[in-house]
Amino acid sequence: MNRMALEITGLSAAYQRKPVLSNATFGVEEGQLVGIVGPNGAGKSTLIKAALGLIPSLSGEVRVYGKPYKQQRRLIGYVPQRESVDWDFPTHALDVVMMGTYGRLGWFRRPGFKEKQFAMECLAKVGMADYAERQISQLSGGQQQRVFLARALAQDAQLYFMDEPFVGVDAATEKAIIELLQELKRQGKTVIVVHHDLSTVEEYFDSLLLLNIEVQAFGRTEEVFTRDNLQQTYGGKLAFLERERVSG
Amino acid sequence: MIDFWIILTGALVASCCGILGVFLVLRKMAMIGDAISHSVLPGIVIAFLISGSRESFAMLLGASLLGLITVFLIQLFQQSGVQSDASIGVVFTALFAVGVVLVSLNARQVDLDLDCVLYGEIAYVHWNTWSLGGIELGPKAVWLLGFTLLIIALIIGLFYKQFKLCAFDPTLAAALGIPVALFHYVLMGLVSMATVSSFESVGAILVVGLLIIPASAAYLLTDRLGAMLIWSVSIGIASTSLGYGAAVALDASIAGCMVCAAALLFVLAFLFSPKHGLIARAVRRSRLSQRQAV
Amino acid sequence: MIQHIVAVVADPNTQWILAGCMLLGLCSGVVGCFSYLRKQSLMGDTLAHAALPGICIAFMLTGTKSLLLFLIGAGISGVIATFGIGWITRYSRLKSDAAMGIVLSSFFGLGIVLLTQIQHSSYGNQSGLDKFLFGQAASMIGADVYTMMIVCALLLTVCTLLFKELKLFAFDAGFARGLGYPTALLDQLLMLFIVIAVVVGIQAVGVVLVAALLITPAVSARYWTDRLGVMVVLAGLFGALSGALGTLLSSMVQNLPTGPLSVLSATALFGISVLCGPRRGVLTQAIRTARLRRSERARLRELSAGTMRKEAAS
Repeated sequence: MNRMALEITGLSAAYQRKPVLSNATFGVEEGQLVGIVGPNGAGKSTLIKAALGLIPSLSGEVRVYGKPYKQQRRLIGYVPQRESVDWDFPTHALDVVMMGTYGRLGWFRRPGFKEKQFAMECLAKVGMADYAERQISQLSGGQQQRVFLARALAQDAQLYFMDEPFVGVDAATEKAIIELLQELKRQGKTVIVVHHDLSTVEEYFDSLLLLNIEVQAFGRTEEVFTRDNLQQTYGGKLAFLERERVSG
Repeated sequence: MIDFWIILTGALVASCCGILGVFLVLRKMAMIGDAISHSVLPGIVIAFLISGSRESFAMLLGASLLGLITVFLIQLFQQSGVQSDASIGVVFTALFAVGVVLVSLNARQVDLDLDCVLYGEIAYVHWNTWSLGGIELGPKAVWLLGFTLLIIALIIGLFYKQFKLCAFDPTLAAALGIPVALFHYVLMGLVSMATVSSFESVGAILVVGLLIIPASAAYLLTDRLGAMLIWSVSIGIASTSLGYGAAVALDASIAGCMVCAAALLFVLAFLFSPKHGLIARAVRRSRLSQRQAV
Repeated sequence: MIQHIVAVVADPNTQWILAGCMLLGLCSGVVGCFSYLRKQSLMGDTLAHAALPGICIAFMLTGTKSLLLFLIGAGISGVIATFGIGWITRYSRLKSDAAMGIVLSSFFGLGIVLLTQIQHSSYGNQSGLDKFLFGQAASMIGADVYTMMIVCALLLTVCTLLFKELKLFAFDAGFARGLGYPTALLDQLLMLFIVIAVVVGIQAVGVVLVAALLITPAVSARYWTDRLGVMVVLAGLFGALSGALGTLLSSMVQNLPTGPLSVLSATALFGISVLCGPRRGVLTQAIRTARLRRSERARLRELSAGTMRKEAAS
């Protein structure tokens, strides 16, 4: 039996008067690749942000490897959505990746040669070693996403949260990203991904969380990815369900 | 000799403002810098009323406090749903109004010429000197600015990576456990200190020019944060020196000329910067379209 | 107290000031709504500072202190300023806040240079210009107020006629363009309104504080309604009220200028709106959040009670 990497209990968050996440409760064993899917406004990004304390929550508890998440930040890696950053910032790809090491350095230490080398390795792992000195505004969408991933690798975490990493990237980048996730899994790390594309869910993820403000279903992909569950989560007819043959 | 003190004062103001201005521009908080430079007025007046004199360190404290209160109130209103630019506007105008009221009510006790607050009088800076044990130490403004510059350099230098990350990606910073709010307040506190240290020389309102214009010009000249800081300070010092020269030649307001000089240098960067200038962009675009036509 | 207010209102001198300040508040409140919705609240502050060189040049060219001339001078430099902001944001990677800061301080710096030149020269009666920094509502005379009345009436008429266009433009400029609206023109028109409100206000409350009348009443109105029409009317009302309160308070205490008092009145109204506003007031929000928390906890308790019952039964 593997250790529990993440345990969320009763997590709720609201925006003004609407609840956007209600009573989320689930546990993720380590070494899993988990996908979170749901319609727009279902609270997927909110779930991650509330779990990491980036937005205030109404209630709930988040435990990482048995301890409250605040004590375990060192073990958590985060890849936010690309729009969260100003790509005109005067910095280059390697520099961005090095920022992933800041959490380890504490208050006063500066990133040194060791951090720089490690950052270069992370860039190489995502295939961006040649772009190390490139100004980030000159990178394409796919390349920016890879830099973000390299930064997450540089955080050297055990539990990764990724918010829609596959949006707006080309097919080659998507393939590279999924290979990276598989590699992370082989190293025994846990990755939780907010995903937007139902057609690739079965291929990419071991476990699935269907979210529409409340958790609709959670478990192994082959058990949870059913027509009934999807209908319940997305409400009404889904073109996807008509096109593909989903087990009933 | 007088010229030397004035140019040195100008250079010190430019250095303080140049460093802080870079972070303000990158965090898209240029107008908060503008707000703070106005809203410190009541802090200056209250410090004056309490300490009974133009005691600089009391004013420094009063202003820094007001700067932090300003930022706190702006955050408060932003979180309750008011748009960020409207929050800034409501807070700084209210505080400035309080300042003007305080000055008007205490006109007799407060030896603060409001016009002077606005555009300073750097030409008289050398008259107000310090002496310790009979030794002349030079103008008070220079000491005050030097002290402020030291604090700024120390804090920014010590926490460079935190300021950088908070400016670039505050979400990741928060996820890494860096206290983003703390560094935000520290930055704004430093801006308040710089404003008050500078107001005797260039006036509170023109400090904004030296905060934003050199840093913006630097943003157009380089893609590295470190280089941007160096450029910003250099352009600032050039502006204050050139501005002083122009003011002497034209017999005009020194502070005004300094800001105009900064604006001129900005226009030059805007047009001719090899990386991001207007002309460079136009040349690149025409080359691209030529290549496509072929 | 009431007697005093009546006396003040009856006094023909203060009547001009009262009328002027209320008109100013009304206009600024209305225009401020649109700039708030376009997220250009600080444009008023920028244009107020940018107006200074225009006013100085107008004085230098004509040698007379006339509100109309200053209006034209300020208008021209204000319009140049808006172009400057547009160029900076469009042709460089600087964002709008930096562009506003650059334009604000450079124009103001130029204005200060011109102002001090005027003060040093033999142009004699330049005291009128000094007052532009802090406002001198007390020196408002009949002629000024008549000009303000005409200007404000024109402004309000145009706003009413073009209300639906301005509303759509403020909400979704892209969509408006798709419908064929001349959005660039509408943008310039709104800028012109702001410039007018600023110039009219500068002489009453001064350069720094005129922005307040454009921002604070509009934001206050936002807390009471979600409908633009109501918001515009409320903002105008709050603005006029602030102007009136400022004048009245100023008349009661010696040495206190009207400008800052009007701004503080507007801020007080803002404070009340923030606390008690039915839409997003702090009190209403707190009550709502407390209710949400209570209902969530109640639901969780029910759910766990239900689960325990199931487990006990099985």
